[in-house]
Amino acid sequence: MSRGAVPLQETPVAFERVTMHFGTRPVLVDFSCEFPGNRISVVLGGSGAGKTTILRLIGGLIQPQHGRIWVAGTNVVGLSERQLYEVRRKLGMMFQGGALLNSLTVYENLAFPLREHTRLSEREIADRVHATLAAVGLRGVDHLLPGELSGGMVKRAALARAILRDPQILLCDEPFSGLDPISVKRIEALLRRINQERGITMIVSSHHIPSTMRMAHHVVLLWDHKAIQGTPQELAASPDPQIADFFNEEVHEEGVREPQHTPVQRW
Amino acid sequence: MRFVLELGRIAAFTADVARAVVTPPPRLGAFVAELFNIGVLSLLIICVSGAAVGMVLGLQGYNTLVRFGAEESLGAVVGLSLIRELGPVLTALLTTGRAGSATTAEIGTMVATEQLDGLRMLAIDPVHLVVAPKALAMIAAMPLLSALFIVCGLAGGYVVGVALMGVDAGNYVSSLQNAVDFRDDVLGSVLKACVFGVLVGLISTFRGYTCQPTSAGVAAATTSTVVVGSVSVLLFDYIITALWGV
Ligand SMILES: Nc1ncnc2c1ncn2[C@@H]1O[C@H](COP(=O)(O)OP(=O)(O)OP(=O)(O)O)[C@@H](O)[C@H]1O
Ligand SMILES: [Mg+2]
Repeated sequence: MSRGAVPLQETPVAFERVTMHFGTRPVLVDFSCEFPGNRISVVLGGSGAGKTTILRLIGGLIQPQHGRIWVAGTNVVGLSERQLYEVRRKLGMMFQGGALLNSLTVYENLAFPLREHTRLSEREIADRVHATLAAVGLRGVDHLLPGELSGGMVKRAALARAILRDPQILLCDEPFSGLDPISVKRIEALLRRINQERGITMIVSSHHIPSTMRMAHHVVLLWDHKAIQGTPQELAASPDPQIADFFNEEVHEEGVREPQHTPVQRW
Repeated sequence: MRFVLELGRIAAFTADVARAVVTPPPRLGAFVAELFNIGVLSLLIICVSGAAVGMVLGLQGYNTLVRFGAEESLGAVVGLSLIRELGPVLTALLTTGRAGSATTAEIGTMVATEQLDGLRMLAIDPVHLVVAPKALAMIAAMPLLSALFIVCGLAGGYVVGVALMGVDAGNYVSSLQNAVDFRDDVLGSVLKACVFGVLVGLISTFRGYTCQPTSAGVAAATTSTVVVGSVSVLLFDYIITALWGV
């Protein structure tokens, strides 16, 4: 919160007075926030608050009506698709539903971006793919299609594809949604380990309060089209009773409220 | 107003696809796989429909011609109607319903499940990898399927005319050979099929690529491909015939 001295261009990701509407419906209004480097930031908000929208804005998949969005030193607002591809080489994104290519096996899903962007030999590609799959705890799934994986395995495969090319910034959209409590803990541990070992800046969207309290260094709470930022402890101790409730209520009622919070998937 | 906007978007999309086609690396593997897909999807329906249409033409043609005592030119009637008109048009309509709708549904599903956005985030252009090979395969497949339709139709007409109605086999073939002009009829037929291929290829990929990212959106886009595709094939058929007399 007290990083005002650092210019926005040098923060890995920063939103500067961004306004984003879909039609007449506002999602972000004059929205500013920062995501510190080498840390895990969690974007928190209820269903439909705009978590996915924020990650898609960072990736340049959608463009806001106003404002600037700094990603690794570049303002991605108004860039052409070609310029965006340069920025995206520094990003990895894990989509809410995995977004793996359904017609390719897990192995091919990971191998083909390497074939597209590197001059590695087939052997080196195989080594890299298997090392990454092992890092996310997936073995023996090379020849399966995404449709043949369980929900948790899809998330892992998607995470593997996102970290495959060693991004500077990793975006994870709802890595915990639709998972049982044990898988949640496993994915959470995995994200923390990746953050520690590789020093990747992580931006994780979630509505899962307990895991946020455990893993987040920095929280961006989406509240009334604006951002409320701070450490998880700072936000839970917020003087605003509504915000404090948002945290504490869910911590106590975890497991009871959880199923109702499964987000409406886009498909 | 919305119509003009839509036209603009189709034009921009067409430019994107054209640019993707000439941008290296060429997606030969994907193109061949799509060509195979479209061909296999449409093979049976094209052969059966072609034969059926040829048989109807044989029967109708014979019944009409026999009134003027001109049944020996049955080959010419069946051949010219198939080559100049029915072959390319019916092939395009059938392909729209079979392969065009499948193309839209496939791309639309990829949009709805964020697979195309996933590619974008990997710095891979989805138009280049997914859309262009599908559109190109449709363009390449259409003349081939149309030729197949015509061949099956000629055979169907032969069976009805010669085997059933007793037209002389030599007359059927020679009247066909004499009537069909290579430049006017055959090249014109190929030209029509190519234009229809471009139409169906662009419409089906465009509808899928721009569909709403929900299951209802995919369904609507698929229906729209069939409707818009069929109507534009018929409209362009008239335009080509009026302009070039094919
Ligand atoms: N392509 C779109 N067209 C129109 N409205 C959209 C679109 N994408 C998102 N929205 C709207 O923007 C708002 C925020 O959507 P977003 O997907 O960012 O929510 P979210 O916080 O990720 O929710 P969830 O927890 O359900 O995933 C929603 O009200 C949604 O209806
Ligand atoms: Mg979401």
